[in-house]
Amino acid sequence: MNWLNAVIQGLMLGGLYALFATGLSLMFGVMRIVNLGHGDLAVVASFLALALISGTGLPLWIVLVVTVPLFAVLGYLTQRVLLQRSLSSGPLATLLVTFGLSIVLQNVLLEIFSADTRTLDGGSFATGSFELTGSISVGYLSLTTFLLAVVVLVGIQMFLSRTGLGRMLRASSDDRETANLVGADSRHIYGIATAIAFATVALAGLMFGMRSSFDPSIGPSRLIFAFEAVVIGGLGSPWGTLLGGMVLGVTQSVGAQIDPALTLLAGHLVFLAVLAFRPQGLIAGRTV
Amino acid sequence: MTISQTLISRAAAAVDVSRSARSSKPSAVVMLVAVVVLVALPFLVFSNVTDTMVNLFVLIALASMWNLLAGFGGLVSVGQQAYIGIGAYSVIALADQGVSPFLAVPLAAVTCVIFALPTSWLAFRLRGDYFAVGTWVIAEVYRLLVVRVDSLGGASGKGLAGLSGIDQTFRGALTYWIALALALATIAGCYLLLRGRLGLALMAVRDEETAASSVGIDVRRAKRMVYLVSAAGCGAAGGVITVSSLSVNPDAIFSVQWSAYMIFIVVIGGIGYIEGPLLGAVIFFALQQLLADYGSWYLVLLGAVGIAAALWLPRGLWGLVRDRTGLSLFPVGYFVRERGADAASR
Repeated sequence: MNWLNAVIQGLMLGGLYALFATGLSLMFGVMRIVNLGHGDLAVVASFLALALISGTGLPLWIVLVVTVPLFAVLGYLTQRVLLQRSLSSGPLATLLVTFGLSIVLQNVLLEIFSADTRTLDGGSFATGSFELTGSISVGYLSLTTFLLAVVVLVGIQMFLSRTGLGRMLRASSDDRETANLVGADSRHIYGIATAIAFATVALAGLMFGMRSSFDPSIGPSRLIFAFEAVVIGGLGSPWGTLLGGMVLGVTQSVGAQIDPALTLLAGHLVFLAVLAFRPQGLIAGRTV
Repeated sequence: MTISQTLISRAAAAVDVSRSARSSKPSAVVMLVAVVVLVALPFLVFSNVTDTMVNLFVLIALASMWNLLAGFGGLVSVGQQAYIGIGAYSVIALADQGVSPFLAVPLAAVTCVIFALPTSWLAFRLRGDYFAVGTWVIAEVYRLLVVRVDSLGGASGKGLAGLSGIDQTFRGALTYWIALALALATIAGCYLLLRGRLGLALMAVRDEETAASSVGIDVRRAKRMVYLVSAAGCGAAGGVITVSSLSVNPDAIFSVQWSAYMIFIVVIGGIGYIEGPLLGAVIFFALQQLLADYGSWYLVLLGAVGIAAALWLPRGLWGLVRDRTGLSLFPVGYFVRERGADAASR
């Protein structure tokens, strides 16, 4: 039963990875930007929530409602001010800018909050669980995160396929110049895509913060999880990202069941195996 | 005589093509003098100066290797710390077997090539931005594998054996010389490599990969060659880091921070110029010394300057110097001058 438990916990964890990876996948799909600051943004969201809670005493859910839209606005501004400029200078420039952002964010956090590890206190909600069978219990937090991930991914999929803005987003992703010719403002649309990406990162960051401890330097290792989920699942498909996240989550969880030291290694090895034998990912999707 | 031969001979009569800039000869003399002074430095200054200089030389070597990889090979890696770590641990392992640590440094470069060969097969399946993060994951895998080996000290790292019998001053000087040799070797290596056939092939690949392969350049082979050389250089640098710090810690030596240093040194100095990493490393080193009391703020500044350079100064400071003065210390291109006229261009 331990193995079944490991798989179930892994699936739940995979939901969190998928939620976290959505933004990375979206930004790459639409703008061809690999955001190397992705992990650090999640950590910034966790610290921001921490500061808000300790500063204002507001309950966590209000902080969540404030942080996510705030990040969306930040995302829009980052795209318009910083990333748009780098897009015209070639792919190396975007990589350098996001890497620079990652270094800046990490060290600013380090200076403000010190290197101590912290957690977000989610109260009884974060620690409580219900029993499925005698030996398997599922945490409320993990289940909520998983459902949230599914809702967000379905929402993004619906947004892309059903709404006018989503259609323009897909058009800009396929061919920016032509989309501009027929009236799409690609800069605004890229801003929207980044806003969505940042909002999901903030959400994932808060869930991460409640689930496990964090410190200013943890961003890069989290970025690797997101990246692995995206590549394992297959680029540019929301369902691929969900599948990739779950494969990664289950692998890590089962690896940890064998030997706790194997947790990360197992995930990386599955990633490398996918890379070697199925580089297009498990679900080869179209872009976006 | 065919038309093309006629045209070529007529063009050749009108221009001179040379491989050196006008300024190359005097600057070569200056550089030679600088090298002689650097070699003699342990006799001239106190050991604390030479000890700090070791860090500068390591940075120059690492940045040159990243520049070779990204600036000439078009392979933007964020995972060269894999080879810094493997090099460092090679020196530790070889010293345990009784090999002199100083001799182990070049051997560490060889070890890295052996590891880089199968790794390149995997890494080259990724393109562009995904290559960057993929190499990073590979570096993480190497770190996680190394910490599982108990004889290498596991997660807490290990000290370097085999140096306890050597006089401290002499050891410092030897470390300085081997670091200097490393920096000079990486610069000279890049220069010789890029002036040759491979250099021409690489620059063609970097500028237009499809066109390069259509004129018969083996793109994969050229890129793999660069990847292996870069791994060797980073491995030797990792070895020097170990010899100078006398111990190794897996989290520090496999840290992505090294990639941050390499990337920002090259971007600020000027990517695609051999002089770029040299200039960038000196600036980075000066910043590090100046801002040592301000904790991690210098990294914040570094990141911000890196972003600014990537956006507004894509060819770095050396690109600026070159545009203003036409100076080229290590010319790897071709200079075409009209006979009798002063117009010169690459």
